[in-house]
Amino acid sequence: MTTSEKETAKPGAFSVFIEEVRKNSLTVTILAIISGLLAGGIIAVVTTEAVYQAVGHSFFAGIQAIFVVFWNTYRALFTGSVGVPADIIAAIGSGSSDAVNRALSPFFESLVQSTPYMFAGLAVALGFRVGLFNIGAEGQIFVGALATVWVGTSLKGWPAIAHIPLALLAGAAAGGIWGMIPGWLKAKTGAHEVINTIMMNYIAFRLSEYLLTGVLRDPNKPIPISAQIEKSAWLPRLFDDPNRFHLGFFIALLMALLVYILLFKTTWGFELRTVGSNPNAAKYSGMNIVRSTVITMILSGALAGMAGANEVLGVNHNLGVAFSSGYGFDSIALALLGNSHPLGVVLAALLFGFLRNGAIQMQLTAGIPIDIISVLQALILAFIAAPAIIRTIYRLKEPKPVGELVTTSAKEGK
Amino acid sequence: MAQTTSTILRPADYISPTRRTVMGAVFLVMALCIWLIFSLSIVTDAKTTFVLVPGGSKVLIADLVFMSKPVLDILAFICAALGVYQLAKGFGRYTNTILGVVAAFFIVAFLTWGSSGTSLNLAGLLKVAVVRAVPLTLGAFSGIFCERAGVFNIAIEGMMLMAAFSSALFGSLVNPFFGLLTAVISGVLLAYVLAVLSIKYKVNQIISGTVINIFATGITSFLSAKFLQKYSALNDSGRFGTWDVPGLSQIPFIGPVFFSHNMFIYAMFIFTILLTILFFYTRWGLRTRAVGEHPKAADTLGINVIKTRYISVMLGGAMAGFAGAYFVLGSVGRFDEVMTAGRGFVGLAAMIFGNWNPIGALGAGMLFGFADSLASKLAILKVPIPNKFLEMAPYLVTMIVLAGVVGRGQPPAAGGQPYEKE
Repeated sequence: MTTSEKETAKPGAFSVFIEEVRKNSLTVTILAIISGLLAGGIIAVVTTEAVYQAVGHSFFAGIQAIFVVFWNTYRALFTGSVGVPADIIAAIGSGSSDAVNRALSPFFESLVQSTPYMFAGLAVALGFRVGLFNIGAEGQIFVGALATVWVGTSLKGWPAIAHIPLALLAGAAAGGIWGMIPGWLKAKTGAHEVINTIMMNYIAFRLSEYLLTGVLRDPNKPIPISAQIEKSAWLPRLFDDPNRFHLGFFIALLMALLVYILLFKTTWGFELRTVGSNPNAAKYSGMNIVRSTVITMILSGALAGMAGANEVLGVNHNLGVAFSSGYGFDSIALALLGNSHPLGVVLAALLFGFLRNGAIQMQLTAGIPIDIISVLQALILAFIAAPAIIRTIYRLKEPKPVGELVTTSAKEGK
Repeated sequence: MAQTTSTILRPADYISPTRRTVMGAVFLVMALCIWLIFSLSIVTDAKTTFVLVPGGSKVLIADLVFMSKPVLDILAFICAALGVYQLAKGFGRYTNTILGVVAAFFIVAFLTWGSSGTSLNLAGLLKVAVVRAVPLTLGAFSGIFCERAGVFNIAIEGMMLMAAFSSALFGSLVNPFFGLLTAVISGVLLAYVLAVLSIKYKVNQIISGTVINIFATGITSFLSAKFLQKYSALNDSGRFGTWDVPGLSQIPFIGPVFFSHNMFIYAMFIFTILLTILFFYTRWGLRTRAVGEHPKAADTLGINVIKTRYISVMLGGAMAGFAGAYFVLGSVGRFDEVMTAGRGFVGLAAMIFGNWNPIGALGAGMLFGFADSLASKLAILKVPIPNKFLEMAPYLVTMIVLAGVVGRGQPPAAGGQPYEKE
């Protein structure tokens, strides 16, 4: 701010503001999200048959049809993820708590959808900070969910106060083991963690198929799905049905806080970040790279495992074969969007959760398949990863080099 | 099997004493398994029948029938003898070859044991293995193109999925040949995006690969849900028919297994030869490998690193596109959401297991295809092993190879690093 004020002769407040905005890296993030959302609208328009019929009819009818599709798409996205504003106001006016609950339930459902993203995003972000690519969050989520279901169904008659933490810990432990193996292999043999975590993903899928068609399967169900977990292991829900908002959201926030404290407020976190940003410096100053790598992968896997546990304990209460729908890969996009910072991850997870929930509504009312959000997320990820694209489109300036670099280069530690 | 395994496990020049002992122990354990678990668990006069004619084939040959127990005992004895020799003197640089032989014996013993007292269609098993190997091997070739030039390509899966989609759509609209063409083009287009992101914008290559994977999964599922499911005429591409190679397909056993397929299977073998020549016997191959090993040195000698990488990545995309077309035009004739089901990643594994080498990748693809094929037959054999565990085998052996337990692979040295001209 100060430098630009001194350099230019007499800048108006507005031009200083514009100048600042054009240099800020947060601008790129926001523009990336907006561009992604716009692209989503464009895809919705070009894949709607009605638009082509209208364009064939007359030019203005075409323009009108395009706007109608745009409007319907974004309206469905908004009402699906936040709620219908008129309903919310009317419900608050009526004073009935049940009506308020119903009107606000889309908003809380979005928070429910955000929760697994938070856990998985934190898992990937923690790895990024230490220079590790945990692409195996998907598999870790699966084994976490498996372990949680096992604890949730097999322990009977336990009090909730003990059963819930135990089930959650089981999920974290299973995910941690799943993360530890690639971490240990990387530290000891230099085997690339990207390949190994991918392989561990598929081993986890096969394992879950085996267990869910075998010992964990509910014999009374026609499809391979586990039995429902004991009521004592359900994460408490805070409101009445249909609102599914549960305690897991706050556990995720707590985890974000813990990761923040670990990374930025402890000596040990400093060591981890040093290993991530400059492994050579870390090695020569006597830091233990092997230990950092293994422990980071354990913690990362544990966080991802908690995502699986959270879905089982808070939302589904059982586990089917096709349970995790791409959280693992989405969380890579998410961690990058959040600049691998716990706070950024929480915000990015909220965005993805709202998008996902809104997209469900979009599918129902506007007839746009839910998969459009994957396209959207891919575009946002591309724009974030290559800020030069956004800078070129919106004519932004190069930022000053920032202090800490989050390296995720592949060759470190080899 | 022995031959493929021995080619992919390249002998290392030096074998440490520890590894010599470990290998010897492994051979002995396998021998013990064959003897204790397989041989002792079956009755003395049990017979094994291997059917050597795959279902529907007209090239007939008599079934192979033999006494199970003596064969198992002989296999166990040979493995034990090899193990003792390995412990006493060691096979030196041939250790990995011998490991391949022992592993092959183990598989034969397993099949003999599993089908004792009943019959197993060995020809059918191998024929399916060859078919299952196609997407894995071609996917591995795609990876070889990219990684030999120093660009990680974890987007093989996404490219294959996109190609499968366009081959189904355009195959239905025009004809399968046009579908194949568009599949290759869509692979190239996605590869171009990968190249621009990783080479021009220097995005981390794992991230750019992830972008493409998420995008391809999303857009194909989106378009499929929006159009293909509504208008079934758009998703009925037909497929390439079976073509028997004249002469060769009449050889008993080998003919039906290898020479009675559709063109994707032949393409896999032809590409293996072409790629080997291209990478190891042409100037272009040498230059590409130089760019993947040491871009700075290559640049100093006047090779255009950036251009080489663009071309290689796009060729890799074309190969992934061809592999993707297999799922529709070479297999089921229609597109289903996420139908590649992780084959692209197994292809990546085959590339690593095959040591970034086309012949090795073919061998690895065949081995993984065999595991896949065997997994679907396990239920028939009534062996007490869940088929899901056999399906894990490709992933496990890849991790073992990567960890350097069975001879470390040699990835291109500059893989994953963007090149900055000075």
